[in-house]
Amino acid sequence: MAKQKVYYDDINVGDAIPTLVKKPTTRQLVKYAGASGDYYEIHYDHHFAVNAGLKDGVIVHGLLTAGWLAQMLTDWLPSPTALKKFGVSYRAMARPGDTISCKGTIVNKYEKDGEHLVDCEIYAENQRGEKCAVGTATAALPKR
Amino acid sequence: MVEFDRSVLGVESAPITYDVEKGAIRKFAEAIGDDDPIYHDEKAAQAAGFKTLIAPPTFLCTFRAQDLPDLKIQFGRVRLNGGNEYEYYKPIYAGDTITVTAKYVDVTERTGRTGKMLFVITELTFKNQQGDVVAKGRNTGIMRE
Repeated sequence: MAKQKVYYDDINVGDAIPTLVKKPTTRQLVKYAGASGDYYEIHYDHHFAVNAGLKDGVIVHGLLTAGWLAQMLTDWLPSPTALKKFGVSYRAMARPGDTISCKGTIVNKYEKDGEHLVDCEIYAENQRGEKCAVGTATAALPKR
Repeated sequence: MVEFDRSVLGVESAPITYDVEKGAIRKFAEAIGDDDPIYHDEKAAQAAGFKTLIAPPTFLCTFRAQDLPDLKIQFGRVRLNGGNEYEYYKPIYAGDTITVTAKYVDVTERTGRTGKMLFVITELTFKNQQGDVVAKGRNTGIMRE
């Protein structure tokens, strides 16, 4: 899966980053709990989640949604090392069975300290168009 | 205002050091559903210009800090992750050892649609075996009733 290389010169403010779609399952939440070391029961124990006030049961780890947003960026960037800053805030709960679309837009491009940087607004939304996570990222791109 | 122990703000946790294992990088990328070969196949990572498997951006969350002193917050039935921010300075590779420290930097109270919420901000510093700061993090924990 060779990537098409992204160059700073070719990027314009307003450009969209290719969308990444994820369909989380309870199995994925258990795998992520193990791989990340986040064993908080609200992510895999339905009764625990309900008792903790999450009436519809288990929810996706915020950091798993963040991981998908980071994947959207690194799928697009020439290398994960191009990512300089990445931050997300969590809004609506993402749940197993949802379809989560990760999207991003370029909002600024500039040179700083010899690097060619782009700022991106990123978000993950569910099938109802509710935003589960919103954030920003800054990446350094190669120049032609 | 909810009471808490202000003297805990800014107190750094004891450092804890982790080995970055290839299998852990693979399993983490697999759990996200990221099949980029640079996280799975050492030869592919090297072909892409890396010395070995590289850690994906949110792999930082696997480096859990030692427990911080108790803020003694008497509030909240539910604890949620409100947000995570990272700044990256150097790549993390399989074979590195990463030392993490954390400190609470702020506690703020807000009343929103679902009632009173408390935001607990933690800052993290990640250093590699050379002592270089490879990344910094800022986590927002939310406590609500």
